[in-house]
Amino acid sequence: MSTDTTTKDSTEYTRALLTTAEPRRRRTDRIMAGLIWSAFALAMIPLVSLLWTVLFSGAGRMSVDFLQYSMRGIFGGDPSGGIYHAIMGTLIITGCATLISVPIGILVAIYLVEYGRGPLARAVTFFVDVMTGIPSIVAGLFAVSLFTIFFGPGARFGLIGAVALSVLMIPVVVRSCEEMLKLVPNELREASYALGVPKWLTIVRIVLRTSVAGLTTSVLLAVARVIGETAPLLVAVGVTDSINFDPSEGRMMTLPVFIYRQYSQGQAPCREDQVNCVADIALQNAWGAALTLIAIVMILNIAGRLVNRWFAPKTR
Amino acid sequence: MVGALALSLAACGSDPGAADPAGEGSESGTGLSGELNGGGASSQESAMEAWRAGFQSANPDVTVNYDPVGSGGGRESFISGAYPFAGSDAALEDDELADAEAQCGEGGVIQYPAYISPVAVAFNLEGVDTLNMPAETIAGIFAGEITAWDDEAIAADNPDAELPSTDITVVHRSEDSGTTENFQEYLHTVVPDVWTWEAEGIWPIKGQESAQGTSGVVSAAQAGEGTITYADASQIDDLGTVAVGVGDDFVEYSPEAAAAVVEDSPRVEGTSESVFAYDLQRDIAGTYPIVLVSYHLACGTYEDAATADLVKGLYTYILSDEGQAKAAESAGSAPLPTSLTEQFLPAVEAITAG
Amino acid sequence: MTTTDSPPAPVAPVRRRRSSGDTERGFSRTFRWIATGAGALILATLAAVALFLIVRAWPAMTASSEALAEAVPRYPDDTSFIAYVGPLIFGTLLAAVLALLIATPVAMGVALFISHYAPRRLAQALGYLVDLLAAIPSVVYGLWGFTVLAPVLAPLWTWLNNWFGWFPLFAGDVSPTARTMATVAVVLAVMILPIITAVSREVFLQTPKLHEEAALALGATRWEMVRTAVLPFGQSGVISAAMLGLGRALGETMAVLMILSPGFLYSFKILQAAQQQTIAAYIALDFPEASGLAVNALIATGLALFVITLAVNMAARAIVARRKEFSGAN
Repeated sequence: MSTDTTTKDSTEYTRALLTTAEPRRRRTDRIMAGLIWSAFALAMIPLVSLLWTVLFSGAGRMSVDFLQYSMRGIFGGDPSGGIYHAIMGTLIITGCATLISVPIGILVAIYLVEYGRGPLARAVTFFVDVMTGIPSIVAGLFAVSLFTIFFGPGARFGLIGAVALSVLMIPVVVRSCEEMLKLVPNELREASYALGVPKWLTIVRIVLRTSVAGLTTSVLLAVARVIGETAPLLVAVGVTDSINFDPSEGRMMTLPVFIYRQYSQGQAPCREDQVNCVADIALQNAWGAALTLIAIVMILNIAGRLVNRWFAPKTR
Repeated sequence: MVGALALSLAACGSDPGAADPAGEGSESGTGLSGELNGGGASSQESAMEAWRAGFQSANPDVTVNYDPVGSGGGRESFISGAYPFAGSDAALEDDELADAEAQCGEGGVIQYPAYISPVAVAFNLEGVDTLNMPAETIAGIFAGEITAWDDEAIAADNPDAELPSTDITVVHRSEDSGTTENFQEYLHTVVPDVWTWEAEGIWPIKGQESAQGTSGVVSAAQAGEGTITYADASQIDDLGTVAVGVGDDFVEYSPEAAAAVVEDSPRVEGTSESVFAYDLQRDIAGTYPIVLVSYHLACGTYEDAATADLVKGLYTYILSDEGQAKAAESAGSAPLPTSLTEQFLPAVEAITAG
Repeated sequence: MTTTDSPPAPVAPVRRRRSSGDTERGFSRTFRWIATGAGALILATLAAVALFLIVRAWPAMTASSEALAEAVPRYPDDTSFIAYVGPLIFGTLLAAVLALLIATPVAMGVALFISHYAPRRLAQALGYLVDLLAAIPSVVYGLWGFTVLAPVLAPLWTWLNNWFGWFPLFAGDVSPTARTMATVAVVLAVMILPIITAVSREVFLQTPKLHEEAALALGATRWEMVRTAVLPFGQSGVISAAMLGLGRALGETMAVLMILSPGFLYSFKILQAAQQQTIAAYIALDFPEASGLAVNALIATGLALFVITLAVNMAARAIVARRKEFSGAN
């Protein structure tokens, strides 16, 4: 009993000492907390304004028809078109790009963190850095030139776009996954080796699992980075207003390209007696498509979080 | 993940045209099918949208795509054979024409003006909807010599307008564009001593405001008070417009007045029968002199019979009354006068495979 | 796999290793090869891209300035290629650096807020919101930039010009439409904020709990804990995050294209129209109408952007390497 009280007393004494002794430190602490809160508030203003604009301008156009029809045969101020073709195009092309980039990206990150020694590793690090600097339109031109070697001029199909996006996506995957893998404490690896677990199994079962949350964030960031790309897809995949599911044949529409084209189209000339004509339909379509694109990313994010929950080691 | 999403959504989407029972292939009679891909000038994108829609609804098994990559890209891809048909804001130059003839082979090249639209000189000035300006004034403003809205040069032709002393902010197209070239060509032809620059797709004066694309300049002009710009007349929204001085009159823009310029101008000589280009006259009374003319390109013969039929079908449709009416409705462009379409149609109808 | 958390585990792998040691070694080797192969593939891809760039840029870099002036619409007469690319490089760097200067402190604040200051539930929701914002396509940033942001910023720019016009950045005639470098920098900052925040947050969250608790146990205030445990641990990650952000800002095309009223000067006047232009926007702006040598010249400017990014990244790597002893895990 008596020892208990002494402990409590001394704890309180220490706490009092710590909190009163140096008001300067406490002031700094409070100022920094204030700064961090205000940084956050400051960041929220444009972000909320942006989300609000998209939501507000896009919601009016949103409907079941808008989501399940294409723009085939729609022109002028006709408001009955939709973005189904662009949604499919975005999902298929981004999906292909992800299938190409994520395995390569993660393997390269593993190579750099776990195996990378010597000139090859240095070269890879160096060139991944260089790759982050490829302007997106150059990636598109590169992909087009590559495929024209095999398919002749005029080749435009989804896979070309997927390759262009991969060129942009791989360095993002590598850079951020590398960072995440580095965060896995060496103690875990050493413990695993000490138990006789071979290196590849340590990587697969220990390193990757420990960092799975970070890896998922990295991949989602990389997907997010390319899902909104416009310029490379415009040159590599072209545009269409019909539905196409085949990435190896024919043009495809994607949401960002759709948004850009609709924005560029501007006003439709509607006569006063014309029914079924909305003058600013193109801009409405653009905002509606932007909202849809954000919704798609949101769904992917939720899926990513579920993946995290299933695979991440239960530590807490 | 993405694939599963795609599959589940795949069940419920459709092209609106595909559901139309009247459009079953055999009934329409033409029997055309397949995919035709072209591209080029983005100025005629809206019109092309209407033409593709009309052509596709008459031939439901056909898909026509048009990449708005720009005139230069369209011409280049046409010459390399990547695009079987293309749109361009400028007629082919002599060396380009030679290259295109080489690519097309025996049938030669077909070129005709397909899209004619007035370019409006539009401004954003509180309470003023229209102003009269002769070419000298327009050139003076865009050259930066007339800097305020209450300048005497403007006031002289507009005795009734209440002009504020606001500074004039010129907004031009930032990219290389056919609209800029046509506008400059007008200024340089009519008032060469004020507008001394040669007509080019790129704006020659540095230090002025600019924006990308027609929608860009229009929204920039709307954003600032006292701005003036030039843009495809169908896109200018609620901006005020200039009635342009031609001879002694001031002419408001209208599609008909714009089409009249092409109709009344002489054809450029020295090219083959099927290559139509015009030497535009900017001073014909009653016409609106600032026009954007966008051309269509095709070959007289194609190796592939299906491509030949599709290009022929599409261009015939474009030159038909229905096609011209649809474009006018969709893009606000000027329907081609029948006197012109009658000249173009024989060349288009002669497209063959071989 | 039970090796990490259950007592019998140590025995199992040992036994297995004895029975199938060769296979294990084979697996290990194969895995190593695959990983190395992926690294080599990157090199091959990049070699292909670099080859493509150099082959297409070469004619422009070796052409005479007369030939270039004739073929490239915006090429000034009687200048070397460097003088032509120079203002573009300047504009690109100006835009990216301004954006980074605005975004990095704010992003670190937001990341710290989410990782160490905000209540846990709120933090999760916010982290989620930030991830979402990283995915907004730049076309939408462009649309928002000139429809919503530019009108709001225009009076602020006028005010800055009135009171701080003596400062080179805010000098000049304010553009009435606010389609200037200053607005572009703000849009770019908003654009890269989510990227920097997301990566920094992830790194800050990985700070070993032991380090944090040790700092607190020594009587550190929350800020001191952040400063002594979290920031040093996250330093390399934050720099990487900033570099990712910078990479995006340097290469951003559509937003700049849609907002900026471009010019080709070495000018610090970020409130005046028609002063600067960035490389990526320049390529996208002129590419559609370019042909022949002009295309080569555009790709050569792309090569310049390449070199800039490379230099920036090497600098960042050097900084990270020098501070390695302070950084966390390994």
